[in-house]
Amino acid sequence: MSQLELIDVTKRFGDVTAVNRLNLRVEKGECFSFLGPSGCGKTTTLRMIAGFEDLDEGELRVEGSVYSSSFKKFYIPPEKRDFGMVFQAFAVWPHLTVRENVAFPLRIRHRPRHEIEERVKMALTSTNLLKIQDSYPGRLSGGEQQRIALARAIAINPKVMLLDEPLSNLDAKLREEMRFEIKDLQKRFGFTIIYVTHDQAEAMALSDRMLVMDNGVVQQIGKPLEIYHKPANRFVFSFIGLSNFIPVSVRDGAAIIDGTDRIAAEGVPPELGSRAVMACRPSDISFVPESETERAVPAVLLRRTYLGDIVDMKLKVGAAELRVQKHVKNALPQEGERCFIRFNSVLWYKD
Amino acid sequence: MTAPLAEKKKLDVSRLVLLFSILILVVIVAVPVLLILVTAFFENGKFNIAGVAKILSDPDTYQALLNSLVIAAGTTVVSTVLGTFFAWLVARTDLPFKSTMKALFLVPFMLPSFIGALAWKVLLSPRSGYINKLLMAIFGLERAPFDIMSLGGIIAIESMYLFPFVFLQVAGALERMDPTLEESARISGADLFTITRKITLPLVMPSILAGALLVALYSLSHFGVPAILGTEKGIFNIPTKIYERIYSSGGSFGAIRVGTILSTILVISAALILKLQDLLLKKGQYQVIAGKSMRPVVLKLRGLKYPLLAISIIYISITVILPTITIFLVGGLKTYGLPFQLKFMTWDNYLKIFQWKITKDAIWNSLYLSVGAAFVTMLAGTMISYVIVKMKFRGKFILQFLGVLPFSLPGTVIALGVILTWSGRFGINLYNTPWIIFVAYVARYMAFAIKSSSASLSQVSDSLEEAGRACGATHWQSLKDIVLPLIRPGMISAFFLIFLPALRELTTSVLLYGPTTRTIGVAIYTLNEDGETVKAAALASIALIIIFVGETLIRKFLATLEQRATKVEEIKNVPA
Repeated sequence: MSQLELIDVTKRFGDVTAVNRLNLRVEKGECFSFLGPSGCGKTTTLRMIAGFEDLDEGELRVEGSVYSSSFKKFYIPPEKRDFGMVFQAFAVWPHLTVRENVAFPLRIRHRPRHEIEERVKMALTSTNLLKIQDSYPGRLSGGEQQRIALARAIAINPKVMLLDEPLSNLDAKLREEMRFEIKDLQKRFGFTIIYVTHDQAEAMALSDRMLVMDNGVVQQIGKPLEIYHKPANRFVFSFIGLSNFIPVSVRDGAAIIDGTDRIAAEGVPPELGSRAVMACRPSDISFVPESETERAVPAVLLRRTYLGDIVDMKLKVGAAELRVQKHVKNALPQEGERCFIRFNSVLWYKD
Repeated sequence: MTAPLAEKKKLDVSRLVLLFSILILVVIVAVPVLLILVTAFFENGKFNIAGVAKILSDPDTYQALLNSLVIAAGTTVVSTVLGTFFAWLVARTDLPFKSTMKALFLVPFMLPSFIGALAWKVLLSPRSGYINKLLMAIFGLERAPFDIMSLGGIIAIESMYLFPFVFLQVAGALERMDPTLEESARISGADLFTITRKITLPLVMPSILAGALLVALYSLSHFGVPAILGTEKGIFNIPTKIYERIYSSGGSFGAIRVGTILSTILVISAALILKLQDLLLKKGQYQVIAGKSMRPVVLKLRGLKYPLLAISIIYISITVILPTITIFLVGGLKTYGLPFQLKFMTWDNYLKIFQWKITKDAIWNSLYLSVGAAFVTMLAGTMISYVIVKMKFRGKFILQFLGVLPFSLPGTVIALGVILTWSGRFGINLYNTPWIIFVAYVARYMAFAIKSSSASLSQVSDSLEEAGRACGATHWQSLKDIVLPLIRPGMISAFFLIFLPALRELTTSVLLYGPTTRTIGVAIYTLNEDGETVKAAALASIALIIIFVGETLIRKFLATLEQRATKVEEIKNVPA
């Protein structure tokens, strides 16, 4: 029995289909991310799970029982779902102290006083807020406010934790710190987490599994590394990390970049026909000496930029322009210099 | 050789603007206020606090003070309850026709409260009120069931026309509030009733109080409603008492002195209220700006949906439509007191409005005074806010203080200050000329202009002006070609923000009018006092038509202006 189960879930806003026939099972204790560009339907899906949005089609089950069903016109209201939720804009109540914020969900449930105290203390301790428990949120930093929201969400030991881009209002350094804190909390308490984000690094770092969404349609579901190394399609490839897409013509399974006469890579799946797109990451291209002729392709370095340890380069190969990233220690050509490159690992997509 | 020359020229423009701004604020604001204080506390050149105490302990003035407080407190409570309830209804429930209802709740703003008071006096005065007579006839009552000419009546009528202050503040706060604040309470397990009680209401409390204090400030120094409903029965508040004293003594110095002492109390109360508001707003500045969430939690009214809609519509009909119809009907009566039957009606009164000297003068006076004052105040206000927002110099806080001071000056106080300043003391005597009203309007509405212009000026990043200078424009050229075009929408709305209330002004002009310088408000009030209720109502009807047509046209015009303004908004909002 899955902790959370979405069956053919569909949501429309007027003519726009925000979420189209989404099917998903999330297991107990799993940290699952929804990744996609803004407007892809990930937040709408989360809001349907929370109960803020009705379903146009489909069914949602938690621990085997129906929580939302379009067929039965049955919806458990958000306040009866026993979920925890963290919003992008923190949504901590400015007129209550940190403590009162965290105690609110327990008070609403009329838990006994000693239990409230115990659970609030636990939540505040695990989010490092014990020292400032009597402050008002207005005076606290964004990071602290988001920790209050986290503490409030974990206080009732929720069935599912829903996190809606919880880190995107924080600055880069804090974002990384909080990422670890969330992961820690999850490991310690074994929550089931649904985590919505548009930041692929965040999704990679946090999730056990994730799905990539675009235009309301699920593109791929899998473990982070699986998705990184075997993107199901061009969209997923380009959304997860930097990418080069190079148009090639195919002869006997070998790819030749337009405007060159050398074979760049072999093993093009025959079903793609005579034209294909070769995809590779900027770090998967290496410079080779001229003498080493096997699968070396001539190129010209147009521009190079130092990004700290990494050098970011733009190359012209035949008719295509490529992005290559190498560590600064490597021997690299000068701007305007002719050189030879090799593609170490590539994927193939339809033209 | 050209560089130092240009430098010198820039200095001259800035200095000129600065000096001119200081001059205007000193003459228009500082001198009148100082003169009021001096007149109140000094007698024959000596500080005299005993005289002040004596006047304040006089039962007559003491009673006026008390009444002012009671009326202001009552009006504030009633307006706040009404305004908050209707705002919540419009912003947080599934009331049908929400946007229409929201617009309708603002209509009471269009009806000047003294015209409303006039209408209600016609309907509910104990002796001759039409509704009272009707109810007495139907139920065979011996006494009139309603007495509008009482403290309670004054409070009821003021609340009717002032509650939009609270409504606007609270509806705005509810709409701007981040819906996830309520959603997170919901996912925490709270039902809608609990959320409203524990989250929504506490979060909009600063806005509720801000609206309440606006009402208190307005009511405390309001002349029209107490004058029309109270004077006849001997119920005075501070402004009507000042008017009565000055009017009955023919403008004697003794009466003016009493006026200045009462004014000082008004100013102090107003300053306290504004300070309180400031503190509340600072303390309550919650981050409740909207996030990305789509819809706020809406309470389903279910069975109450249509009853509440009906109540809202009946409320608006009673407070707006009924008085308006009453005023139009009374304006068409042959003699006041006749029943509303076709044989007693005539068009004569309406036609005579444009022939009869008093009313013809009044319409003309109000029109040119409000247009003139709005134009001049807008220009001066823009200049002063430029100095306050953009220029750096020592002693700026004095100018800032003088700029916001008019906020806390009630209309009555401004009128007295203007009388003291412009009645020949400094060699210029404007008394009994339209100019004295003009000067008073400029002083009264200066705060509006400064507020509106400052808002749009602070949105224009300094770098835009500096970029102009870097391109070779002189200070004056970059002002004229860059800053002015960017703040023009703000200036235009400042103009109307002054023109519309000035058109219907009564509190200030009633202390300043001469035989030929009545404004529309003054003419309606004095005609009614002289027993010419029918003519007063006819003039009020014409005024309502002018106001209604004016507001509608202006709102349309401002809406198109806003649309055009949003195009430059992106550039304007570049942070400094």
